[in-house]
Amino acid sequence: MSEAAVKTAARRPRPKYLSLQALLFEIRLPVTGWISILHRISGALLFVSMVWLLWMLDRSLSSEAAFEKIKHYAGLWPVKLSLLVLIWAYCHHFCAGIRYLFLDLDKGIDLATARLTSWIALGVSFALTAALGWKLW
Amino acid sequence: MVSRVVTGAHYGLRDWLAQRITAVIMAVYSVIAVFVLILIEPITYVVWRDLFDQGWMRVATLLFAVSLVWHAWVGVRDILMDYIKPDGLRLGLQVGTLLVIASYLGWSIQILWR
Repeated sequence: MSEAAVKTAARRPRPKYLSLQALLFEIRLPVTGWISILHRISGALLFVSMVWLLWMLDRSLSSEAAFEKIKHYAGLWPVKLSLLVLIWAYCHHFCAGIRYLFLDLDKGIDLATARLTSWIALGVSFALTAALGWKLW
Repeated sequence: MVSRVVTGAHYGLRDWLAQRITAVIMAVYSVIAVFVLILIEPITYVVWRDLFDQGWMRVATLLFAVSLVWHAWVGVRDILMDYIKPDGLRLGLQVGTLLVIASYLGWSIQILWR
């Protein structure tokens, strides 16, 4: 290959880099893509929220008075709402994660099945969130 | 014949596998935990404390915590590698993540064996 040809090849447009901005605003995601990005977002959210959850576990096990305080605290509506969001994040991460384990085993990798299981993961995670939320309050 | 030169640090497969194994451990713990919580209802302080006083619960929860931080390390590092391009910033965030992970684990042990 001549030097000129090498230079032309270097200037050829490269595949688009999937930036967060591109994912959010430029590419219309199919349902499988939504499952994927929500898996990331829910995982990151759970990681940063761990400090709060550990604090509540710590307090609730320290004494009876502290336990009652945490019980009261968990009943406040902003706390309840935040906990519900975290329950959703956990359920979504759980359901989508099980789906990924099957995909890793080459199960359900054709497009129709992959889309169907994505909808199932979304639906089941919302149903589980509702059930656990109802059970808690 | 094209000879393929393999480059990189070779931690990919190990981490990929670790993330999946820890996921299964956490999934099993989660399902058991939900059933245990439903069984011991209504949860008062004494019921709650007695649950975490039992050896099997402490060990199972420790296994869950170790799985969680290992799993989270692989996940958070993937996110940082995908979105944070400046090397110095990425390294700083990765070190910060490791410190947070070590703190979470230390705190969990302290809560379980108080």
